Amino acid sequence: MHNKTIAELIVGLKAGDFSSVELTQTYLERINSLDQQLNSFITVTPEIALQQAQQADKQRAAGNVELLNGIPLAQKDIFCTKDVKTSCGSKMLDPFISPYNATTIEKFNSTGAVMLGKTNMDEFAMGSSNETSWYGPVKNPWALEAVPGGSSGGSAAAVAARLTPAATGTDTGGSIRQPASFCGITGLKPTYGRVSRYGMIAFASSLDQAGTLSRTAEDAALMLNVMAGLDRRDSTSVDQPVPDYTASLNDSLEGLKIGLPKEYFSEGLDDSVAKVIEDAVKEYEKEGAVISEISLPNSQLAVPTYYIIAPSECSSNLSRMDGVRFGHRCDNPEDLNDLYIRSRGEGFGPEVKRRILVGTYALSEGFYDAYYVKAQKTRRLISNDFKAAFENVDVIMGPAAPSTAFNIGELTDDPITMYLSDIYTIAVNLAGLPGMSIPAGFVNNRPVGLQLIGRHFDEAKLLNIAHSFQKNTDWHSRGPELFS
Amino acid sequence: MSTLDKSDVEKIAFLARLGIDEQDIPEYATNLTNILDLVAQLDSADTEEVMPMAHPLDGVQRLRLDEVTETNDRENLMAYAPEVEAGLFLVPRVVE
Repeated sequence: MHNKTIAELIVGLKAGDFSSVELTQTYLERINSLDQQLNSFITVTPEIALQQAQQADKQRAAGNVELLNGIPLAQKDIFCTKDVKTSCGSKMLDPFISPYNATTIEKFNSTGAVMLGKTNMDEFAMGSSNETSWYGPVKNPWALEAVPGGSSGGSAAAVAARLTPAATGTDTGGSIRQPASFCGITGLKPTYGRVSRYGMIAFASSLDQAGTLSRTAEDAALMLNVMAGLDRRDSTSVDQPVPDYTASLNDSLEGLKIGLPKEYFSEGLDDSVAKVIEDAVKEYEKEGAVISEISLPNSQLAVPTYYIIAPSECSSNLSRMDGVRFGHRCDNPEDLNDLYIRSRGEGFGPEVKRRILVGTYALSEGFYDAYYVKAQKTRRLISNDFKAAFENVDVIMGPAAPSTAFNIGELTDDPITMYLSDIYTIAVNLAGLPGMSIPAGFVNNRPVGLQLIGRHFDEAKLLNIAHSFQKNTDWHSRGPELFS
Repeated sequence: MSTLDKSDVEKIAFLARLGIDEQDIPEYATNLTNILDLVAQLDSADTEEVMPMAHPLDGVQRLRLDEVTETNDRENLMAYAPEVEAGLFLVPRVVE
């Protein structure tokens, strides 16, 4: 049962091969017996899961079958879940029980999905390896000494290890695509504004976007059907029609124009990863796609631009964590400043502190124009590169990350080296474009992800392109032996 | 190139009301200086004629009528606050 995709589980539930309760129990037992090795969950919610599963089975018996009726899912611990701890991977929010549900959670609840629990993540989604979590690092199911990527590392590891059929994630600079690549699964970051950010704890508000980590593109389409759409509670969610993302999965790719940015295949890319990506792109030639080299000339500006914009927005967003209204509070504060300073000092870990400091500096008097405004301008240059490229191609392809999963502890000494592991994903967030990572092969038994980048609101096309690859290859159906 | 020293870090940390351990300050100073070095690459880009981009779709703020849409949920929202009394969040005395 645990090797099935969401699409297959929907068929099995419909045929009565198993009930949602049986399915849910199977996953809860796997989490219980296997997750000690991975640490992919912060909170497991068996009571809620079984209650939702019973409800789903009842609904089915009564003939009310919603889109995801009885399908177990895991939620990244960045989504507020009513009456359940919502920690965002931080000591600061360890005491936080959310009084309300994020829109994404509401939507899954109302379509019959079952919540298995909340997955581990880098603290406040700041990290590329899941090592900044206050709850400890997550292990990569393909190689336990390796990181799963981040920040949605718990979701990626849990899906790869078949502890859940799929999970949600969020992506501010690559936090869905890079862990999907490292864990050999399918990750989808939709267009900025496609999915509501209401109840999703904010890191960098002009970049954050919720998406999916699943085994297949078809499953991502099924989940996006539920998640996408305008939400009046999120002023940045976009009023655009939501297509049925499964409807165009099997469209022909004849004549599809694929662009390979030369900047994504240059210095810094691991040679064996490059080989896997080049082989994957060749698969598309067989489908009738036309491949050409393109240029995104301002690519080298993406990482520095991001490391002004994201910390600036985070320093502002995280100011709400002040020890007064929710979250961690220090003992015996002497005065109000002492309360703020010590509560925040004790509640936040080193990476979050670094980013708050950078952002505070960049936004401080006398520096705002030189840093934040300058970065907003280079952001437009990066975005314009994509605009120009999409006049000639339909989709951009390249690696999702410059290497396969690195080992735990390997990059923690130097924050900058860690930042560079997101070099191919960050520009996509700056431009607000949809992106995916799909399994494309292995190097030394560690997975490699092929990144697909589309035009704004072109998720259906990306899913079609990903699904086509998954019909012709079996990389996505391979699982780590330890968790078979 | 900007180099941040101990007193810069202390000043920024106070602006952010962020406690950092004395012994960690030199490392933060080094980290921050390195990050600012990385960011200095932006100086090479000519942005004279470029409009700042605040929103990836150049979206504008959606407006709505100024009417009450949320119900008062004070008790529920305060249930997990560190310290409350009579519907108020408690903090150390501010005015002597």
